[in-house]
Amino acid sequence: MAKSSELKEVLTSPVVSNNPIALQVLGVCSALAVTATLQNAVVMTLAVLFVTAFSNLFISSIRNYIPNSVRIIVQMAIIASLVIVVDQALKAFAFGISKQLSVYVGLIITNCIVMGRAEAFAMKNKPFPSFMDGIGNGLGYGLILVLVGAVRELFGSGALFGIEILPLISNGGWYQSNGLLLLPPSAFFIIGGIIWAIRVIKPEQVEPKE
Amino acid sequence: MSNQQETFGRTIIVVLAVCLVCSIIVAGAAVGLRPMQIANKEIDKQKNILAVAGLTTDKSTKEIFASNIETKLVDIETGEFVTDLSKEEVAKYDQRKASKDPEKSVKLTADQNIAKINRRANLATVYLVSDDNGQLQRIILPVHGAGLWSTMYAFVAVKPDGNTIDAITYYEQGETPGLGGEVENPRWRGLFVGKELFDADGNPAIKIVKGQAAAGSKHEIDGLSGATLTSVGVEHTFTFWLGEQGFGPFLSKVRKGALNNG
Repeated sequence: MAKSSELKEVLTSPVVSNNPIALQVLGVCSALAVTATLQNAVVMTLAVLFVTAFSNLFISSIRNYIPNSVRIIVQMAIIASLVIVVDQALKAFAFGISKQLSVYVGLIITNCIVMGRAEAFAMKNKPFPSFMDGIGNGLGYGLILVLVGAVRELFGSGALFGIEILPLISNGGWYQSNGLLLLPPSAFFIIGGIIWAIRVIKPEQVEPKE
Repeated sequence: MSNQQETFGRTIIVVLAVCLVCSIIVAGAAVGLRPMQIANKEIDKQKNILAVAGLTTDKSTKEIFASNIETKLVDIETGEFVTDLSKEEVAKYDQRKASKDPEKSVKLTADQNIAKINRRANLATVYLVSDDNGQLQRIILPVHGAGLWSTMYAFVAVKPDGNTIDAITYYEQGETPGLGGEVENPRWRGLFVGKELFDADGNPAIKIVKGQAAAGSKHEIDGLSGATLTSVGVEHTFTFWLGEQGFGPFLSKVRKGALNNG
């Protein structure tokens, strides 16, 4: 049985020290696409968190029954079902947001983080630690998404969560918004900056020179 | 993962069991949440109608629809309002469904099919917007036509003169985000305001031009850069829906003042 310190480690290590986006550089595609506003970033985080946590839980609980030869397909079936449930729920409860997130909710299926955790962790560990690992990785993904989303929305549209912080010139204020930040490629620069910052604080993450 | 799990029969059983459970969950979610999703779509549509209705009141959406917005059906062929249907039937009418039903729609011939929509419903829903004194302010017409990838759905709000555009909104489209998807951009939609639908001879005249529209032009709108085919689609949508097979007959009656006496 896992000790509580181990559980804590499983939960917290993916947030900073083993972050799925910053260290493993997984799930970047959706991090570019949905971070133009903070609200989208938060909803996407919750969706991914839900999917990673429960796919890890379910896959881990049946891990001893999954035949090795078809394990990826079984994992995909479980992940895909969860994603469809999330997508349907968003359409029912948060229609406006689901319209903005559009295909990216469906694309959680192909988010490498979900499958990576299922294959690397859930297949080898007990259900509860797997669930925690899923939450931890969802939080790690979400941390980067929220950081990127905050920077992009603040400097791209002068607002946070749609509330005006920097009055735009077009609305009679003084702030000239940075149009680049509204476009997906800007997230590359911000994610790059975050990775740099993390590696300055934690030099052990820097890959050895070849 | 011992060897005994690797037998053929066991693999099949596990896979089938997983599929069964997953499909039950997915089907349950899809069926259980459908009513709410349909309601959301309806609200979304109403919001878009309000966006072009130009009403400034603090009433709720529902109240506005009850008091200021009148839903009517227009027989496209004659341009007359349909009078023999009850309010509920009018509200329930689904133009999109009707345009797929051979009994309620017509197939467009190749040269009629400007907007590439193939079939057109016989009846079209229009929304008449009045201010609180009952004075007609705008006529909202639903239009749709093919863009580059998708069918684009829009509402066009026209002044009671039947000619001047007051607002347009694209509420459903699947064009390339950032290029053709810019049909939803408020700044671009703003370019339509004040343009006139018809030229002096009463022919559809809206043109989406490459680059900048001529200054002071009554009919030209700047094209979307990087989205030539979407822009062409928008122009064709207008040409079709203002023409004989679209709202042409209805709008020509409106221009002659058919709505002025109530």
